[in-house]
Amino acid sequence: MQFGILVNEGPYTHQASDTAYLFARTAIEKGHKVPRVFFYHDGVNNSTRLATPPQDDRNVSARWSNLAEEHGIDLVVCVAAAQRRGINDDVLAPGFRISGLGQLVEMGIQYDRLVTFGD
Amino acid sequence: MSDMDEMDDGSGVVKKFMFLNRKAPHGTVYALEGLEVVLITAAFDQDVSMVFTDDGVFQLMKGIDTKGIEVKDFSKTYRALEGYDIEKLYVDQASMDARGLTEDDLIVDVTVLSVDEMANLMAEQDVVISF
Amino acid sequence: MLHIVNKSAAERSSLESCLRMATKGSAVLLIEDAVYAATNGNAAAAKIQAAAADLKIYALGPDLAARGMAGRVLDGVNVVDYGGFVDLVAEHSNCQSWL
Repeated sequence: MQFGILVNEGPYTHQASDTAYLFARTAIEKGHKVPRVFFYHDGVNNSTRLATPPQDDRNVSARWSNLAEEHGIDLVVCVAAAQRRGINDDVLAPGFRISGLGQLVEMGIQYDRLVTFGD
Repeated sequence: MSDMDEMDDGSGVVKKFMFLNRKAPHGTVYALEGLEVVLITAAFDQDVSMVFTDDGVFQLMKGIDTKGIEVKDFSKTYRALEGYDIEKLYVDQASMDARGLTEDDLIVDVTVLSVDEMANLMAEQDVVISF
Repeated sequence: MLHIVNKSAAERSSLESCLRMATKGSAVLLIEDAVYAATNGNAAAAKIQAAAADLKIYALGPDLAARGMAGRVLDGVNVVDYGGFVDLVAEHSNCQSWL
């Protein structure tokens, strides 16, 4: 089954991105597909490579990047939400790209399920 | 948004999308950015319902004036939804009652649903996105 | 339908709104701070127990454990791991996150 995932909150302040990540990883482990994760609202802040969390903490954006690289996940950051929050191509972590809201709608149309994680 | 009419994912699939608005405007960004998703979805020729429950009904208040808080007044956009072929606007009766509101207080024409009608409408959707 | 709630019932109305609109036979999964509602002695426990007559109530085990609540889960609440979360999404034709 194909799952689309929508992440609406940034890293660390809310658990949303952690829960979404663990859901995505588990879905893949169980043989499902997660072709795309869409980051909206403050969720766009998951995409920056400039974050440097302490060594003993998880690195939320790097974790997404690694999962994307291993499993070919398309990490899409909403352009309008990103521009409002100072996220652009210069700061993106590997595997993330900036595109339009149409990419979110497409997940709803094309995939079997769309699961939202937010506040 | 001038290129919206050309959007099409090419599959010809039409799904039932419900956008469930549960939050008041301005205190958080969800109402405004949620509306942006609704407008884009309409360009994909999907079967869109927009639902307002809980504090989300406050998004539709007449007489909103945001000059004093220096943020964009997007409440007029709800009146433009018809132009995007988004005509299914629903509000939850109980949420209206709990806030002392009637249809006359709202900026657009809506269909008021009972909780059972709302629950059944939600259950029959393919995709529910909540803001 | 699968309903997903992630906020403490002491802080937000999302659990209440969810229970009001969940039709008979549908599933409710409590995650993140919502799991407190599914524990013994919580003010929302009565709501969960009443709802369990018509709905299937689940709580995410890792979130219970992370909050020291794994040993306090109400009877009638099914504890699932992330694999169970994925299964619930797959088994139901649609889902709604009550943010």
